[in-house]
Amino acid sequence: MNHWIALPILLPFVSAILIEIVGRGRIAVRRGMGLASCLGTIAVGAAMVLLTRHGKVYTYALGDWEAPFGVVLVLDGLSALLVALTGVVSLFCLLYAMNRHDTRGKFFHFFIQMQVAGICGAVLTGDLFSLFVFFEIMLLSSYNLLVYTGDKQSLRAGIHYVILNLTGSVLFLVAIGTLYGVTGTLNMADMALRVSELGAEDIALVRAGALLLTVVFLLKSAILPLYLWLPNVYSSAMAPVAALFAILTKVGVYAILRVSTLIFGPEAGVAADAIEPYLLPLATLTLLLGMTGALGSTHLRKMMGYLIVASLGTMLMAMGLFTETGIASGLYYLPHSTVAIAMLFLLADLIGRQRGPEDDHLVVAHMPKQSGVLGLIFFVGAIAVAGLPPFSGFLGKMWILQASLPAPQVVIIWAVILSTSVMALVAFSRAGSLIFWKGEEPPKGEPPRGDSQMGATAFEFLPVVGLLICIVLYTAFAGPVAEFCTVTAQNLLTPSVYIEAVLGAQR
Amino acid sequence: MEALIASAIAVLGGCGIYLVLRERTFTVILGLALLAIATNLFLLSMGRVAPGHAPVIEEGIELSAYVDPLPQAVVLTAIVIGFAMMAFVVVLSISAHFVTGTDHIDGGEHTQ
Repeated sequence: MNHWIALPILLPFVSAILIEIVGRGRIAVRRGMGLASCLGTIAVGAAMVLLTRHGKVYTYALGDWEAPFGVVLVLDGLSALLVALTGVVSLFCLLYAMNRHDTRGKFFHFFIQMQVAGICGAVLTGDLFSLFVFFEIMLLSSYNLLVYTGDKQSLRAGIHYVILNLTGSVLFLVAIGTLYGVTGTLNMADMALRVSELGAEDIALVRAGALLLTVVFLLKSAILPLYLWLPNVYSSAMAPVAALFAILTKVGVYAILRVSTLIFGPEAGVAADAIEPYLLPLATLTLLLGMTGALGSTHLRKMMGYLIVASLGTMLMAMGLFTETGIASGLYYLPHSTVAIAMLFLLADLIGRQRGPEDDHLVVAHMPKQSGVLGLIFFVGAIAVAGLPPFSGFLGKMWILQASLPAPQVVIIWAVILSTSVMALVAFSRAGSLIFWKGEEPPKGEPPRGDSQMGATAFEFLPVVGLLICIVLYTAFAGPVAEFCTVTAQNLLTPSVYIEAVLGAQR
Repeated sequence: MEALIASAIAVLGGCGIYLVLRERTFTVILGLALLAIATNLFLLSMGRVAPGHAPVIEEGIELSAYVDPLPQAVVLTAIVIGFAMMAFVVVLSISAHFVTGTDHIDGGEHTQ
């Protein structure tokens, strides 16, 4: 039995509970356990990536109830990649939060661990309804982390975020109900088989179900026209929380990719390619509008929010081609953009704190105290996100451009990706020169405002630099990673591998 | 029976959508509650409407006199999750009301 597949869910889940029982009133214990859990998730995630690198799919029947009757956990390359990525991002967010954020209220470490458990569960489950349940676990933790500080701005953003996602959950349930009503199963592999056997009389129901499901996942992954919530929500959250949220949207991307290739792929009979025609145009428009938003932002954090929207557009454009290289290049771009944006969110917090009351507002204000170091990291981060050499953003975008060559929409894809890269460059130059170039020296004798005169400690720089090193490593190991992405993409495009692994040879 | 359930879902869902689009948090929460109830009814009816039958297969029972147990299990989970979420959103909107001083959904009145 592959009991270890449940580890990325159980480890953070049990840690979360133990943190509150054992670590009550002792912050050092809570921090230690949180870190241990994140390190464990990274270790398991790395092992999973190594195990699945040749395209093998592992399954684990929870409670030994055989699929399709019980809930199964399915581990393939895509799930392994997201588990490892979640571990890495959560570790650095936790490290950053230990400086000051995690003592501002109760239960911070609990919610972080529950969030990790929810994300890992969502990417590992092979059952549509437990996908919904894990989504809810993930979202409930994210609601709490968002309004953790309890200030006006985050509560205001929190209400929008919660109501939007509750409405999304309602749609998710309706979609699940519709698909269950047609196919009589909730297991995704089994549903893929049943959908391909449906007659023409069910075409309306099954396609409606497919598109409802897509709307929900587009909302989670903030794709046009459902991205308007994201910049506001992410810029209202505390820095380490916003950095962790960078991975939440990727779960939406995961769900779109899984459902559109497995259940509604080209072999799905009456529901064949139900999602495919919408993805590429929507992603293209999202990229354009996201980057326009980044150009027009008045605050650094909002700019980062729009850059997330743009990066989601980029990767879904690649995946929306539904070719092997398209999906592979999108998969390569996914961890890069998550880590780079997470780093910039943490950096924006450091910058904002050293500028006094102007915070991250993009106006001429006091020069940050440690403008040298901060400026250097900002410069490197900007290069990585905009997609200039030598970092993985450049490799990812290059690969996406190459992958789009055989597609009929190649002209549009090249034009949009190249022009938005220039826009990103302009946005970063504007922000960087306003903060670091035009910054005024504070007049002598004026009392220091807030904590603007205090420099950041080495421990505060550690997570930022750590994420930066991750990007460098990711660039250095681009070869093996690209191979892994290609194998994973091949697997996604041949759903029979997944289906056979789940249902065995009985079909 | 089917017509009754279908129209109940339609009325609840319609009212829910109308209320969700209002501008005060209280009405929006009421709308979310109605939407959740409509969804639960919808989920329940997905295993086909078969009143008066047990979800148990016994010796000699015909499959037409049997109701699918899975939607019932699913709807139970959905009700529990929906209930928890509703409790959370109520608490959230109350604290938002205290902090921002308004129950407007945008956290402030729009200037006319």
